[in-house]
Amino acid sequence: MTIVSEAMPRPAAAEARAATVRRFALTDTVFHALTRASAILVLVILGGVAISLVVGAWPALSVFGASFLATQAWNPVTENFGALAPIYGTVVTSAVAILIAVPIGIGIAVFLTELCPRPLRRPIGIAVELLAGIPSIIYGIWGLFVFAPFLQVYLQPLVIGVFKGVPVLENLFAGPPYGIGLLTSALILAIMVLPFITSITKDVFDTVPAVLKESAYGIGCTTWEVTRRIVIPYTRVGIMGGVMLGLGRALGETMAVTFVIGNAHRISASLFAPGTTISATIANEFTEADGELYTSSLVALGLILFVITFLILAAARFMLMRIERRAGA
Amino acid sequence: MMGLCTCAAGVGLAWLALILGALVYKGLAGLSLSVFTQMTPPPGDAGGLANAIAGSVAMTVIAVVVGTPIGVLAGTYMAEYGRFSRVTTVVRFINDILLSAPSIIIGLFVYELMVRPMGHFSALAGSIALAILVIPVVVRTTEDMLNLVPNSLREAGTAIGAPRWVVIRSVAYRAALSGIVTGILLAIARISGETAPLLFTALNNQFWSSNLNAPIASLPVTIFQFALSPYEEWQQLAWTGALIITMTVLGLSIFARSLTGRREDR
Repeated sequence: MTIVSEAMPRPAAAEARAATVRRFALTDTVFHALTRASAILVLVILGGVAISLVVGAWPALSVFGASFLATQAWNPVTENFGALAPIYGTVVTSAVAILIAVPIGIGIAVFLTELCPRPLRRPIGIAVELLAGIPSIIYGIWGLFVFAPFLQVYLQPLVIGVFKGVPVLENLFAGPPYGIGLLTSALILAIMVLPFITSITKDVFDTVPAVLKESAYGIGCTTWEVTRRIVIPYTRVGIMGGVMLGLGRALGETMAVTFVIGNAHRISASLFAPGTTISATIANEFTEADGELYTSSLVALGLILFVITFLILAAARFMLMRIERRAGA
Repeated sequence: MMGLCTCAAGVGLAWLALILGALVYKGLAGLSLSVFTQMTPPPGDAGGLANAIAGSVAMTVIAVVVGTPIGVLAGTYMAEYGRFSRVTTVVRFINDILLSAPSIIIGLFVYELMVRPMGHFSALAGSIALAILVIPVVVRTTEDMLNLVPNSLREAGTAIGAPRWVVIRSVAYRAALSGIVTGILLAIARISGETAPLLFTALNNQFWSSNLNAPIASLPVTIFQFALSPYEEWQQLAWTGALIITMTVLGLSIFARSLTGRREDR
């Protein structure tokens, strides 16, 4: 070992160096504080959303109380408002959309991870994700001018005819065929949430350890058996997370639904009947709402939607976090 | 069963083709130079979408200018200074919720925050609503991309005596640049078609407006209004506008993907 002896820096140079270090430390503190403040701003935004909705909804909630949730009436003239019809529409359209989108979404994910020839994998994956990028208003205008007339002329009369006389189903698919309505909205929502479900399912399928699948193939399982018995059970929580995320999207989707739901404040048993959803009601009526109570009731609807989607999305994230942690471990 | 899966993929692709086909078919019919040069017409007249396009561009630019720095800085905190802090875990969770929160709720929030106190709708309120949608996208991609930067690079920077912020600026940002830019492009793609948050923040305007403190037209809201009208000229303009938006959005997302895709192949 040799000891390198260094000439002592002259006092002026030492002073300058110390000043530089202090300046660096100060800049670093400022930058640290700035990034931290930005991160906290994200929390503040969500908190602000919650607070502003509660404040805005307060006049309506204090007048109607809990019965706001259970009243079907929506009458701007007598200023009597209830959220039951929009809540019903939101839940029904989203539930039907999820019922349709989940099998197709999982099917596409299975196709992409297990069946698809490797060179086609990326292009098809991107094409499905591009569906997610199309703005919702495009789905709306397409739904209103192309899809709804198609349903009205071809599909709905057929379905009404087929189920005529069958109990329960007869009421579920009762005419007349408007084209627009709950089912049309649900179908469009299904197309819209499909990419979300597919891409998340595909991601969680990729977390299945190759050795698990290989050992199943090794004892002679078919691709279907491997998917059914190994991949899907292993990724159950992640798939649920993806489905909940899709559900969160469907519940809050606004423009596409506004075009094709029909905007009728009533609850009908038939899926072909026009209805309304929370977001469609807000989008349609907010700028035209006059009077404190009317506006406040619409904000209260927004608050309900916020609470529902927050809970669903939080549950979805929680599930996805669990599977990420397992994949990381 | 596996055949059904293939069918499912076919259905997904066919749907994309159907929507794009209808858009191109109906939209191209009205696409001409006057769409970009003339103002939105009164019912029954010919015209264009110039003021709506300009309004959309203006609000998007402001939203990106406001939202991107906040998003990048927040992502920086989560990946660099606070990688192991509790705040980061909470922010990540909340950010993911904001990412999928219904955009109409953001519209209501900005209405309560800006429009009601100011007493009128404004382009500024619309921009802020869009900025709030930009932030979570940028936060998410920035954090992910910075997490991909190898720690040995940071250590090398620190070892030659660079303070933390210089390491972040000159090493981490530089290594993650294409990813962060991708995030910003995806954010632009997301907000350029957003309608719901603009309905009661920026409202709409039949005329050219350069006043940020007044209502302004935007392409999505104009499409919404025109598509639901009974006038044929308006409906045609709505289709053309829809085609313009879709092509912009698809172009942006494909371009954004190609930025990161190239790195994956390397």
